[in-house]
Amino acid sequence: MRPSRVPAIVTWAVLVFFYLPIVVLVAQSFNSSRFGGHWESTSLKWYIALMQRDDIWSALVNTLVIAASATLGAMILGTSAAFALHRYAGSRLQKVHYSVIYMPLVLPEILMGLSMLLFFVALKIQLGMFTIGLAHVTFCLSYVAMTVLARLQDFDYTIIEAAQDLGAGWWTTLWRVLIPMLAPGILAGGLLAFTLSIDDFVISFFVAGPGSTTLPIRIYSMIKYGAPPLINALSTILLVVTFACVTISQLLSRNKHAPGT
Amino acid sequence: MSGRAKPRAWTEWLVTMPSFVWLGLLFIIPTVLVFAITFRPSDPYGGIGAGWTLETLKTLGNPNYPAIVWRTIWMSALTTGLCILLATPMSYYLSRVSPRLRQWLLLLVILPFWTSFLVRVFAWKVLLHPDGFLKHALVWLHLISPDTSLLYNAGAVLLVMIYTELPFAILPIYAAAEKFDYRLIEAAKDLGAGSFRAFVSVFLPGIRVGLLTAFLMVFIPSLGSYVIPDIVGGPTSEMIGNKIAQRTFVDRNLPHAAGLSAFLSVAVLVPMVAVSALRRKNTRAPNEEGV
Repeated sequence: MRPSRVPAIVTWAVLVFFYLPIVVLVAQSFNSSRFGGHWESTSLKWYIALMQRDDIWSALVNTLVIAASATLGAMILGTSAAFALHRYAGSRLQKVHYSVIYMPLVLPEILMGLSMLLFFVALKIQLGMFTIGLAHVTFCLSYVAMTVLARLQDFDYTIIEAAQDLGAGWWTTLWRVLIPMLAPGILAGGLLAFTLSIDDFVISFFVAGPGSTTLPIRIYSMIKYGAPPLINALSTILLVVTFACVTISQLLSRNKHAPGT
Repeated sequence: MSGRAKPRAWTEWLVTMPSFVWLGLLFIIPTVLVFAITFRPSDPYGGIGAGWTLETLKTLGNPNYPAIVWRTIWMSALTTGLCILLATPMSYYLSRVSPRLRQWLLLLVILPFWTSFLVRVFAWKVLLHPDGFLKHALVWLHLISPDTSLLYNAGAVLLVMIYTELPFAILPIYAAAEKFDYRLIEAAKDLGAGSFRAFVSVFLPGIRVGLLTAFLMVFIPSLGSYVIPDIVGGPTSEMIGNKIAQRTFVDRNLPHAAGLSAFLSVAVLVPMVAVSALRRKNTRAPNEEGV
């Protein structure tokens, strides 16, 4: 019997659906007309106007500072969590631990955003970069833990015993054996955390205070209150950067695995 | 026994505590706080007043709310259903093509997931804009009249929700489809089943774990949608998330926002508990067959 064509058609149609708005957005950013009903002329005027917006640059700096610190915090907490979950799997503590780590992955962001806002308001903590950072560590932690946990599945604990038999203390074992072996997982989790932190809007918006505008918060207010052509240009830059990063990291990890597969 | 377990327990606590305490402080306590603050009065400065009150619970009886709650549920259900409907044949195709093509297709599926969420929502606003490309094309093709609005309605919200949630349905279903033994389909066909019959009664049960995960991954975040209805929706397509944000940022009535969030938290727990019960039944089933 001839295999059905439906799966192939659906797949290619979905990919067109995925990329159509992105392609139109990128094309629009080079159109000098405000809205793209017609093509006025190809120009870089929106890019030039974008370069002169200081608020966007300071928002970008805020975003990067928060993302870098949240990633570092989430990598430390997430790795130790993953280690605990894997090493002591099955204990009652780890069952509770696992659900506490898993919940933030599925709960709607708006619930986490509002609950942390209430927490900070109740404790009278000044909202700002610090509270955004705390919130980002909280949701990034789970992503790092899950990524490292996946890598731990084929981890061989006899190596740790071997190191200790050869006289390594726990500090040496941690830094010379465990962390180097888990490095690919920790870095993959860190990369995910960094991307999610840079991209986060909902949670940041809830716990932001004066002077802590991040890039997504800035983009949101530009979308809501005017300046669309500028966002076309800004979006195109962001798209090019992320597409390049993801493609390069995919190609790198593929080459590394190539001899094995 | 207990003597041997002691040092082990000590190191277990040591590696568990950092994340456990962090999430306890910044995730569990705030979530409990949402329920507690529902019973607090608001103060005129947008903070939380002293004392306890049932005032917020009474204002939650707002006549507009039932409509918004229903809209939130059916929009999320429709998004989930359509995402799974598209993701299932797609996962079947992805797990059947050559590894080389598969790698590229998977990259194309994952790329939107890594790109800015706001940018993707905004891209649809540009595409559906009254003066945008799609509108002009559809009017030119005489498919819509010039005064049809593509933006600011429930249809636009649904479309963009599917757009942003679809990768979360494709990835778990694909992960299950990849492990599926396709010889079972051949066996079904040898026994006289048609392609469609084999797909429905052999393939779908085979990937049910992936389908359940996809359901959770799409349905629960959809219930909390806020940005999409805010950007491409209008007053007739508001969801609970919009109300929570409005109470927080516009009226600055935190207890009211907390009340709505408490309701949403409970609403989110129902499908979560249902799916984990189903999963437990699934994992127990083989044992029962064995007995």
